[in-house]
Amino acid sequence: MIDRLAQQTLLDPAGLGDSELSTLLGTTFGHGIDGGDCYFQFASQEGWSLEDGIVKSASFNIERGVGIRVVRGEQTGFAYSDDIAMPAMLEAAKTARSIASAGQSGRIAVASRSPSRPALYVPDNPLDSLDEQAKIDLLKEVDAVARAEDSRVTQVMCSLAGVHEVVLVLNARGELTTDVRPLVRLNVQVIVEQGGRRESGTSGGGGRFGYQYFREEDRAAGYAREAVRQALVNLEAREAPAGTMKVVLGPGWPGVLLHEAIGHGLEGDFNRKGTSAFAGRVGEQVAARGITIVDDGTLEGRRGSLNVDDEGNPTQQTVLIEDGVLRGYMQDEMNARLMGTQSTGNGRRESYARLPMPRMTNTYMLGGDADPEEILASVDDGLYAVNFGGGQVDITSGKFVFSASEAYRVENGKVTYPVKGATLIGNGPDVLTRVSMIGNDMKLDTGIGTCGKEGQGVPVGVGQPTLRIDGMTVGGTQAA
Amino acid sequence: MSTSPERAIPEPVSQEGEVQSLSHSPESLQARVQRTLEAARERGASDVQTVVSHSVGLELGVRKGEIETLEHERDQSLSLIVYFGQSKGAASTTDFSDQALIDTVEAACRIARYTEPDPYAGMPDPAFKAADWDDLDLDHPWDCGAADATELARAIEAAGFAADDRIENSEGASVSTRRAIAFLGDSQGFMGGYRSTRHSLSCALVARDAAGMQRDYAYTVARHADDLTAAEQIGREAAERTVRRLGGRKLSTRNCPVLFAPEMARTLIGSFTRAISGPAQYRESSFLLNAVGEAVFPAWMQIEERPLTPRALGSAPFDGEGVRTRNRPLIADGVLHSYTLDSYAARRLGLETTGNAGGARNVTVAPGDKDFAALRAEMGTGFLVTELIGQGVNMVTGDYSRGAAGFWVENGELQYPVEEITIAGNLKDMFQRMAAVGTDVDRRGNIHTGSILIESMTVAGD
Repeated sequence: MIDRLAQQTLLDPAGLGDSELSTLLGTTFGHGIDGGDCYFQFASQEGWSLEDGIVKSASFNIERGVGIRVVRGEQTGFAYSDDIAMPAMLEAAKTARSIASAGQSGRIAVASRSPSRPALYVPDNPLDSLDEQAKIDLLKEVDAVARAEDSRVTQVMCSLAGVHEVVLVLNARGELTTDVRPLVRLNVQVIVEQGGRRESGTSGGGGRFGYQYFREEDRAAGYAREAVRQALVNLEAREAPAGTMKVVLGPGWPGVLLHEAIGHGLEGDFNRKGTSAFAGRVGEQVAARGITIVDDGTLEGRRGSLNVDDEGNPTQQTVLIEDGVLRGYMQDEMNARLMGTQSTGNGRRESYARLPMPRMTNTYMLGGDADPEEILASVDDGLYAVNFGGGQVDITSGKFVFSASEAYRVENGKVTYPVKGATLIGNGPDVLTRVSMIGNDMKLDTGIGTCGKEGQGVPVGVGQPTLRIDGMTVGGTQAA
Repeated sequence: MSTSPERAIPEPVSQEGEVQSLSHSPESLQARVQRTLEAARERGASDVQTVVSHSVGLELGVRKGEIETLEHERDQSLSLIVYFGQSKGAASTTDFSDQALIDTVEAACRIARYTEPDPYAGMPDPAFKAADWDDLDLDHPWDCGAADATELARAIEAAGFAADDRIENSEGASVSTRRAIAFLGDSQGFMGGYRSTRHSLSCALVARDAAGMQRDYAYTVARHADDLTAAEQIGREAAERTVRRLGGRKLSTRNCPVLFAPEMARTLIGSFTRAISGPAQYRESSFLLNAVGEAVFPAWMQIEERPLTPRALGSAPFDGEGVRTRNRPLIADGVLHSYTLDSYAARRLGLETTGNAGGARNVTVAPGDKDFAALRAEMGTGFLVTELIGQGVNMVTGDYSRGAAGFWVENGELQYPVEEITIAGNLKDMFQRMAAVGTDVDRRGNIHTGSILIESMTVAGD
């Protein structure tokens, strides 16, 4: 059965019933077509931001449309319309279909797919989860906590954002799937100043919840204190070292290492085309023994989680690396078909106006058995990096970077002093072979990641335990 | 409101024929602007500003000689900002129904009831508004359908494969063309808009040798299809750039001169323009805080903003608030002349708007007297950077650390490709230590600069 909200939001206004959808399917797909879909989407989103202690601006946005994709062999035809109505959709279908030689139009029966498991998030609209004044009050509290934390705080900027997305996927086989997805995010940035030196700190979090999430467990205030703590650490930071050394990565968000070093390289499209440094390497040892990495879209409430992907397939836990051995790739339908395998529920798209691709969900490394203290104590001379900005990878050469925003020098097993942010660079296919210790403190990030690929941003999660890597290049300014 | 407004063209829409015809006429977009303004005023807004835009496009990709993707784009959007006294609200939608227009206006008004008064909020001083403007020659529809695009993309990729035996794979060649129209209107009586086009060709190839694979790309982008580099040339350039990376090595950690190729030099100037933007200044989030009047670069450096350059990719006759743009210096003899401000930032800083709502346009670094070869010779021995990856720029402190690839240069000649290293420094210091700008200016974007030589940076490697 079709979700009532999806029905009311996407189909009813245009008078689309089973008969119309059958006609649309028949016109779009049919003989000689391997796959594709009609992707209906409605998204409302808002953003509230605070600066100078007042909530001075906010915005509200509504997007509604349908994207029609026709796949034949390795070819994709695509068109979309902001207007969900039969004439516009039939026009888009004709355009998308132009890659295929004309086949006969017919009708394809529509069959709803039922959820295969309980929902991972509540479908309520997060924009309605607090009233407007309460949203403003929340931001003001964050501001007050940050300013009260330390007199050196000179600027506090924070923002609260929510998205409510209703998706209906009607695929070439006539299968109809719906999903209603909430997403919220709170972000805090502070500037601190001491003796003419200015530094910043950033923190935040979120997930597929209502805004109450930030009230629970004192999260909002926690982000504010964390941003101030980081900024104050950076006030004391000395020049970062330059060169290859032992690196200890903290748990949680430093898992962006996995996202860049191996995650992108294991997406199905790059491997089908043979452009990934990991292409054809399933079954090979690409990481140290003891390392197991999964992509898991089924974690309740996580930012990267989805009940179904944007092709209507249930998400799953996909083992990418097991005990150091490369096990598999993340697939959407098209790349799975061309590689003779099944979708892993990783087909994702930014919106109805863009094409789906294999994308990550929540990518993380399972915990090991080392005590994090023990890992630090084992390093005679190295870097301890606990917070990062973003990263990037060249999937063909395998070279990747990720940039530390909070890091410390480690000498004789002791954390000695903070150093300035620096970029770490490595080679994806071999960096994990240098992992010599795996902590027992696996942690997921707080819900802040957005992954960009071919200009499309999608929310993702990462996680890992504390790790010791014996030899990564640290891009500071102090040559040893 | 970063949407750049577009100017009305007097000819009737029916004369456009089939060449990239837009589905909304200038008259209908202007009418939508007017209805939005009226609906906001009726609901009590003291001021309102709105942008209505529409675009159509085609993007075609070919891989290994076959069509891989054919995408037809058709976008539309309406956005508005309302003021109730000093309180502000914003909303936007892609839905062009009459009901959506009303809903969007009401959403903006509702938000403005909750946001707090900001003494600096409001519209620009009408005295700064553009009253009339020249045609900047930005609209050149390209009669390129899917069949023509397929042929072109095939020619690009084929030239790439033919250029070198080591090209063994491809991420494809693509042809894209887009035409847009937009109107900006406000309650002070401003109404302006225009059409613009943007076309591009690109190609990404993969080469292999015993050590592994390398990928690189080439592209061309212009307002007029006649200004695009030839298809075969793009294919050959992509092949050359890819093959020359084979056999990349790390460098040992050292300090040495670094020469940024033009497409990378642009990123340094990009950090400069971000640092002098209004928000970076009033949020105290800039490594060039309060730097007007200071010598930010060596005395020979001249940087201008040239928004009125005909056909250039960053040109616009007025900014996102309808304020007239003008060609003006940003850096004169190394000294920072002005920030880039919209009216809000200007009021915050006690200055006047510089017509930069939506950013700086066609930021142009005056070239020196040496071409690329002469710059390499001037460097002698050092690192030529042709690719940068990762963010690694701290805008508050200027600390800079990015992943890099390129070539080791001795006596001005390329010795071998370099990869998996970082380059680091501090932007304030890097700007001061710029030794020269080349004549090899890259105009494929909003920042126009030649190669830039920096006396010394830290390279981290083995």
